Amino acid sequence: MSTHEGDMYVGHQFEDAEQQLDSYSIGMWLFLVTEVLFFGGLFLAYIIYRTRYTQAFVAAHHELDWRLGGLNTVILITSSLTMALAVRAAVLNRMKAVLGWLGLTLLCASGFMVVKYVEYSAKFEHHLFPGPKFEFQHAGVDSGQAQMFFNLYFAMTGLHGAHVLIGMITMMVLAIRLWLMRKQRVDFIPIELTGLYWHFVDLVWIFLFPLFYLVGGN
Amino acid sequence: MSAASTVVKQPEAVNYLNVDNRIKSWLLTEDHKRIGILYLITISLMFLAGGIFAMLIRLELLTPAGDLVMSDTYNKMFTMHGVIMIFFFLIPSIPAVLGNFCLPIMIGARDVAFPRLNLASWYVFTAGAILGITALVLGGVDTGWTFYTPYSSSFSHTPVIIAVSGVFVAGFASIFTGLNFIVTIHKMRAPGMTWLRLPLFVWAQYATSLIMVLGTPVVAITLLLVAVERGLRIGIFDPALGGDPVLFQHLFWFYSHPAVYIMILPGMGVMSELIATFSRKRIFGYEFVAYSSLAIAVLSFLVWGHHMFVSGQSMYLSMVFSVLSTLVAIPSAVKIFNWTVTMHKGHVALYSPMLYALGFIGLFTIGGLTGLFLSATAVDIHLHDTYFVVAHFHYVMVGGAIVAFLGGLHYWWPKMTGRMYPEPWGKLSALVVFIGFNLTFFPQFILGYLGMPRRYHSYPDEWQTLNVLSSAGATILASGFILVAVYLLWSLRYGAKAPANPWDATGLEWKTSSPPPPTNFTQRPIITEEAYNYPIVLSNNGEPEEAMKQEGAEKHEHA
Repeated sequence: MSTHEGDMYVGHQFEDAEQQLDSYSIGMWLFLVTEVLFFGGLFLAYIIYRTRYTQAFVAAHHELDWRLGGLNTVILITSSLTMALAVRAAVLNRMKAVLGWLGLTLLCASGFMVVKYVEYSAKFEHHLFPGPKFEFQHAGVDSGQAQMFFNLYFAMTGLHGAHVLIGMITMMVLAIRLWLMRKQRVDFIPIELTGLYWHFVDLVWIFLFPLFYLVGGN
Repeated sequence: MSAASTVVKQPEAVNYLNVDNRIKSWLLTEDHKRIGILYLITISLMFLAGGIFAMLIRLELLTPAGDLVMSDTYNKMFTMHGVIMIFFFLIPSIPAVLGNFCLPIMIGARDVAFPRLNLASWYVFTAGAILGITALVLGGVDTGWTFYTPYSSSFSHTPVIIAVSGVFVAGFASIFTGLNFIVTIHKMRAPGMTWLRLPLFVWAQYATSLIMVLGTPVVAITLLLVAVERGLRIGIFDPALGGDPVLFQHLFWFYSHPAVYIMILPGMGVMSELIATFSRKRIFGYEFVAYSSLAIAVLSFLVWGHHMFVSGQSMYLSMVFSVLSTLVAIPSAVKIFNWTVTMHKGHVALYSPMLYALGFIGLFTIGGLTGLFLSATAVDIHLHDTYFVVAHFHYVMVGGAIVAFLGGLHYWWPKMTGRMYPEPWGKLSALVVFIGFNLTFFPQFILGYLGMPRRYHSYPDEWQTLNVLSSAGATILASGFILVAVYLLWSLRYGAKAPANPWDATGLEWKTSSPPPPTNFTQRPIITEEAYNYPIVLSNNGEPEEAMKQEGAEKHEHA
């Protein structure tokens, strides 16, 4: 049912490679729109409670280490660069370079998750995970309001972390498939789509970092 | 038209049904037509499940005392009725069945843009439906279909997490379908199929898909937060944890009001097809009907607060929402007026799909106008959470969406199955459904006006007469649905073979064989004319008159 135009695989439902590429691009952008709205609900909740419990949020955010958050920001931005280079290499049909850049992106993503793990374990140790064991003492701040900060922190960074994990799995599958088909021309569409997704994940973090780690300042 | 129909007559022609009969070929199919059929089977089973709960509710309300079930059980019955009917039947009904089947053919494409995603959508939906049924088997959920916190987070001892997971998962199926349709309509149209030549059904599906893509993620995150609040005590909505339950309502209705239009807009699309075909006329004001779908989609996102007039939102916010909600009446009325004008001086042929369409016009008008009562804040405070609201949304959801679904199902049944349904029985079913429906829900307007609240299993004695009428109507309505199921299934085996174009309709789906070949067309169609281009002939006195193809219509009558 499918034809190969030059070296490009074209699905049976499409007339040509251009129509296929356009369709996949629009589809991916639409998917990212749904992702924006998915996170949007949480950002709305953040805005409301941040406005309502300003003092508690400022006090609670001191429990987060901005250096670790900053490190993760640098790691993720770097990974966006390596991802962009992987896409470029794919367009130029340089198989080894694609695999190399994808590998580096994966490495950065793993680094991000390790830092996240360190941060999360510290919160658990200090009884800052919401629930019956939650403890937060600070003069003039209601512990329940501070807990809302950590509710949102865990919900939003947790959901973001899940997206990082999904991105990592996608990249691994992609790398394995590319390796198996290394004799053929690089099919750049999946790499480009994964790239779009990865930049989105990066972008969400660009918002999360200041909202949680830098909020209120000093 | 005639060239295509000669191809059909050969009995051994390969079509999408007989191309491969193995179960595996159905379960792994990427053909949009087969996926439409798979969806039809799943949602019909869910409709049956939801319908059983509806009948149990009407049985309990036959007598004023709460004698059939305890109030806890009653809570579970109306919750499961709502959850199943809304999330597992109405939302996918027209888009995933009729849209999936017809949309690619109507725009002259071989398939949707992402066939595998389309199949994934059905699997994801079925998984969600199984989770929903699991929640049911484990005792059912008692929160109401809206899953309001803190009922759903702190105070319910029922499997809420499983039920909301089911809805969450089914939401992805909806997103997949919407995303697929948008890309398909943008990129897969045949040469010459410009936007203003698209059938209005496609316009309606486009508007619906926008809502699916923009709204569903918001309810997904909301339900996820409810599950997290129940499971991990990470509370965003729990007042005990500093949260605000009203935030849940805002987020929930930001999706769930637009979801109402996910249910009704495709029905309006079906209506445009039925009215044009059976009036043998171009839809009056085509552009207005097309753009009114988009207008409804846009407005749908700006009116959610009318569900919260008594939830303690700001008075000024309520005023704004009240005005915006009233505006929805404009694009809705544009459609109703244009359909009516299309019929004016048309050659109206009263086949079963048209009877359903006429029923839609009457019932949706009542449903829409009573919506205006409810969008007025002062009136709403009296009517809020009464049977008036129940009657209003059933007039839109059943009288509108389901009646349109049945009309469309009859209309495209010959195309989908290659068989004609028995016309006299079709007409009878349209009549029975119309009568049964009105008898069920009209008394509920009066009950609501008198102050009978929804969601209680007992009521004062003086309301029994109206409730008995309603329960009797429900029995008639259910018989109507069963009748449809019986003769449609019967026709699969014994129905007359369907010609390519039994209605003498325009539209690409009627130019290919019934049932269509696996790739929809033997050669790619090129479009040179607008939709609904019914021929105009001059009558004796020289006045232009639309031609009625009496011959074709009679041919089918005797088939």
